[in-house]
Amino acid sequence: MKGAPMKAAPMSRVFPIALNTFREAVRDRVLYNLVAFAVLMSGAAILVGQISVGIEKLVVINLGLTAVSLFGVVISIFIGIGLVSKEIDKRTLYTLLSRPVRRWEFVVGKFLGLVGTLVLNTFFMAIGVFGALLYVAHHFAKPDAWVLVALYFIILQFVIVTGLALLFSSFSSPLMSAVFAFSLFIVGAFAEDLRGFARMTKGITRWIATGAAYLVPNFSALNVITPVAHGQPVSGQLILYNTAYALIYATMAICGAVLIFERRNLK
Amino acid sequence: MKRPPVTLVASSLLVLCLAASVLTLHRLDELRGHATLEEVLYVSSPQALKRISLGYSGLLADIYWTRAVQYFGSKHVRGAEDYKLLAPLLEITTTLDPKLLVAYEFGSNFLTAKPPQGAGMPDEAVALVKQGIRSNPNEWHLYYDLGFIYYLDLKDYRNAADAFARGSRLPDAHPFLKLMAALAAQKGGEAQMARMLWTTTFETTTNKDIKANAAAHLRALRVDQDVTTLEELQARYRDKTGHFASSFSELESAGMLRGSPRDPLGAPYKLAAGGKVEVTDPDNLPFIEKGLSIGYIPPPKPKLLPAD
Repeated sequence: MKGAPMKAAPMSRVFPIALNTFREAVRDRVLYNLVAFAVLMSGAAILVGQISVGIEKLVVINLGLTAVSLFGVVISIFIGIGLVSKEIDKRTLYTLLSRPVRRWEFVVGKFLGLVGTLVLNTFFMAIGVFGALLYVAHHFAKPDAWVLVALYFIILQFVIVTGLALLFSSFSSPLMSAVFAFSLFIVGAFAEDLRGFARMTKGITRWIATGAAYLVPNFSALNVITPVAHGQPVSGQLILYNTAYALIYATMAICGAVLIFERRNLK
Repeated sequence: MKRPPVTLVASSLLVLCLAASVLTLHRLDELRGHATLEEVLYVSSPQALKRISLGYSGLLADIYWTRAVQYFGSKHVRGAEDYKLLAPLLEITTTLDPKLLVAYEFGSNFLTAKPPQGAGMPDEAVALVKQGIRSNPNEWHLYYDLGFIYYLDLKDYRNAADAFARGSRLPDAHPFLKLMAALAAQKGGEAQMARMLWTTTFETTTNKDIKANAAAHLRALRVDQDVTTLEELQARYRDKTGHFASSFSELESAGMLRGSPRDPLGAPYKLAAGGKVEVTDPDNLPFIEKGLSIGYIPPPKPKLLPAD
């Protein structure tokens, strides 16, 4: 990677790092998951009509979007946790930081590169979902457009998970980072319940429980797969607030990662 | 002597082991029987399953619905009398996805029909459809299903009339619902009502199996009516001549009938002893209550012809 002088805009240094991260992910055969996805979708589209009753289209949407989400979360965690540690292990980080690249630029570049990979991956999977949908329904209906909103929410989910994986990888070993990120993903699916439990407590416990409930990422609001499968619309406000929430939360996680990485002794 | 290469040995061994494991597993399945594989609900609480799904409850509901269909189908094929897991499977399915209308519509059908055609659990079917109405109050099909069960299976005409009337007030409701509400309220016209119910099902369903079932019921209703009419003609003929007609041509000659009567599938009716009228091939006409020869045993699974 060619270094850019410090006087240049930070994005001119962040972008090459992001591009390199994307290339590295492709080299690591991350996009091979698309083959598994294609097999899953075509298999489901053909099989479900024979073993179930009346849910061919529902299964394609539910299975397709769930697979997009879970495949992406797994990729974002397993690639995300190695973004920093791999560069340290291979000693490429030292070469990189010896050039006019700031540490925060490295972290942000890595984050954007992985998010870009996941967006591309999701794009190809979305083509698969719509292809399978066309196969079982023979035509597209107007409510099918809401599947695009569900896919957008899934990408927002990846943005948060990638931020968290990067945050954990900035101070912990890859194994522990994966455990932390997966745990937080599961806890995040229960975020609404956690806030409900917090409301039932009193005094100082209530403050602590409420704080913890708001600190964990809220993935439940980002999951609209089931209503979308039934053709139910998603409100514009939900799209707006989910976008804002995901960007704010990911920025928070990246800021944490940058703060830790800036102080980390790399000798 | 030249030794075979390691790759060849390993590949052959791998293929052999794969085949052996499949055969062993097949034998194990046979030894364990169907009960251990099917009669288990690993997690019986719908709420717990919803939590475990981590928000992907739609996919889990589809899996549970498929499991319910497979459970019902496998039992139905074997002519089973006991469907103990059907109601819990349907409850789990609809709790995971309360908008899954097929689970209420088809599920109530599976639950209502008498064994071996179904589970013979109309009360559970009513509970399922009521749960569906609570989650989908604007779906007229669910009120229709509820009225259907109350009217035909539970003979509860008051509740049937109420369900049809509530459904008829919804936008896009089938126009038959208003008539059904009126008929059910009068507690009469059972054959006419049954015809309307099955006609509505035939016209509104998109599933070929349900359509074929509705068509078979409509054919059965016509046969029952034909046989009743023909037996009435025989009685009138005997009053006139002192004996039953031995062929339809005698009834024709007496000016009581025009042509040789045929069932909905085009087969001619037969005149039996004692003024009785019988169908030629009862196996092709499941659900008929009249026109059956004495001692006729229906096949364990009703023979459904493709709906026309």
